[in-house]
Amino acid sequence: MRNIIRLGASPRISSYYSVVGSSEHEGPLGDCFDHFSLDDKFEKDSWEKAESEMQRLAVAGALKRAGLRDTDIDLLLAGDLLNQCVGSSYGLVDFDIPYVGLYGACSTCALGLALASLLYNGGACKRCACVTSSHFCASERQFRFPLEYGGQRTPTSQWTVTGSGAFIVSGIGDVAVKEIVFGKSIDMGISDINNMGAAMAPACIDTIKRFFEESEHSVDDFDLILTGDLGYEGSKILKDLLLSEGIDIRKIHNDCGLMIYDRKKQDKHAGGSGCGCSASVLAGDIIKKLESRELKRVLFIGTGALMSPLTLYQGGSIPAVAHLIHLEVNDYDS
Amino acid sequence: MNKDEYKEYVKRRAKRSASPKNCGFAFLIGGAICTLGQALHDLYMHLGIHEQDASTLVSISLITLAGLLTGLGVFDKLAKIAGAGTLVPITGFANAVVSPAMDTKSEGYIFGVGAKVFTIAGPVILYGLFSGVIYGIIYFLWG
Amino acid sequence: MIANYALAFLVGGAFCVIAQLLIDKTNMTPARILVLYVCSGVALTAIGLYEPLVDFAGSGATVPLTGFGYAIAKGVERAIDKSGALGIVTGGLSATAGGITVAICLGLIMSLIFSSKPKK
Repeated sequence: MRNIIRLGASPRISSYYSVVGSSEHEGPLGDCFDHFSLDDKFEKDSWEKAESEMQRLAVAGALKRAGLRDTDIDLLLAGDLLNQCVGSSYGLVDFDIPYVGLYGACSTCALGLALASLLYNGGACKRCACVTSSHFCASERQFRFPLEYGGQRTPTSQWTVTGSGAFIVSGIGDVAVKEIVFGKSIDMGISDINNMGAAMAPACIDTIKRFFEESEHSVDDFDLILTGDLGYEGSKILKDLLLSEGIDIRKIHNDCGLMIYDRKKQDKHAGGSGCGCSASVLAGDIIKKLESRELKRVLFIGTGALMSPLTLYQGGSIPAVAHLIHLEVNDYDS
Repeated sequence: MNKDEYKEYVKRRAKRSASPKNCGFAFLIGGAICTLGQALHDLYMHLGIHEQDASTLVSISLITLAGLLTGLGVFDKLAKIAGAGTLVPITGFANAVVSPAMDTKSEGYIFGVGAKVFTIAGPVILYGLFSGVIYGIIYFLWG
Repeated sequence: MIANYALAFLVGGAFCVIAQLLIDKTNMTPARILVLYVCSGVALTAIGLYEPLVDFAGSGATVPLTGFGYAIAKGVERAIDKSGALGIVTGGLSATAGGITVAICLGLIMSLIFSSKPKK
């Protein structure tokens, strides 16, 4: 059992809510999201505060959809990309819920859902909320260049999604979390901040291989294998390298980073990335498709590039992690 | 696949060929900025300004123009097409000073704007002046 | 007259193409390119190659950042000729004072007037 953690108590995703910015609203999934703002500042005076506001809106929305109050929730697991996770800590002060800050870069959505499911499964919490976010402008400032800086992006670079997704995990709901595989921190020596897909793909490959080595399921049992934000380049590497290891996921693979933008119409290079990418796509699209039985069994693998500008300047490369959760509609018994 | 093999594999996949389109735009826009500089230079000379002062005034004019375009949010859109065409002329220096200043005003005027105005320009000024000092020593001793 | 403009265009454009090739072919960041260009300008002036290029192409050689290096090197030369060893440390900044002062003051003014806009 070193790899897969099976959840006998079958924690469910009881509620979810997605919040996005203008570019995401203009993308192919635009109508799926619960809340959008054409003003990427969300009426705040800094990008960081805007990100916090998205988390607040997402958690409030998820509570409302479930008909719950904040005091009904036992624990709030939250994370984002900003230093010291300020997007979460500032955004969630209004809620009367014990708070745990998480960091897993763009894998944080999967990490939060996995931990919430485990806490429910072990009986520690009856209801857990998890929320993650990212904001293009805040990330750009922290990790790359000033917004008005004139530079060209390379084709493999990814675009941080302005968005947030919140979930409530409890015993009620149609979508169950069945299995979890936590990823390892894997560093294959990639140091190009503009090719994060390549930095994250090996971690994702490792997690998927460990899952299928131990699982009773084969690739064909799933309707969708959804990676977080490998983007165009990382997705291709993932599919090619898994194929060379005898695991063919080409027919059922998709990537949140590829779904959220129209790469032909929107100038987003290799696709979306960030904690808000997988969270908003999962909450806005995938969970709804599971509830409607359009999808029945989904592997969701949140991928995170655990890089810091500091270690990059020191000549370091980018370690990555990928956490897997197996989602299933709860009456699925084939 | 070990680390080195993977790095090689990724490098091969993402191998970028020199884009003729990028180079073309860099050439055209960069050339145009220099031609504008030449026109300004001739204008200042025509107004009777001394050669060396005219050169300084050209720099100041182009810096002001690029700074204004950065403030108006136009420079980054132009630079996306022009690439090195706007980076290499003195306009790139101006943008590198003005853009972090605008970006960091939320952190205040001392540790925000005041400090970050030099984020990209600092290295340029430091290493430019440092190489000048080295050349100065050589010139003084053997010039 | 026209020839002057053509030369400025061609030589200035060529400097930009070299940098574009460096960006596209290597992973050099723009900040490194700016530093490389300024230092190259100083070095090329020191070995006597840049001044003929300035005479030849005018703004085509002075407007690119290599010209910033050229201004530093010429400033150092002039200051040393005028005031001896002290010129080693005063020449570079004096010659470029106008550009640097305008740039950083403009940075402050722009940040007072405008805010960064989100990219699309």
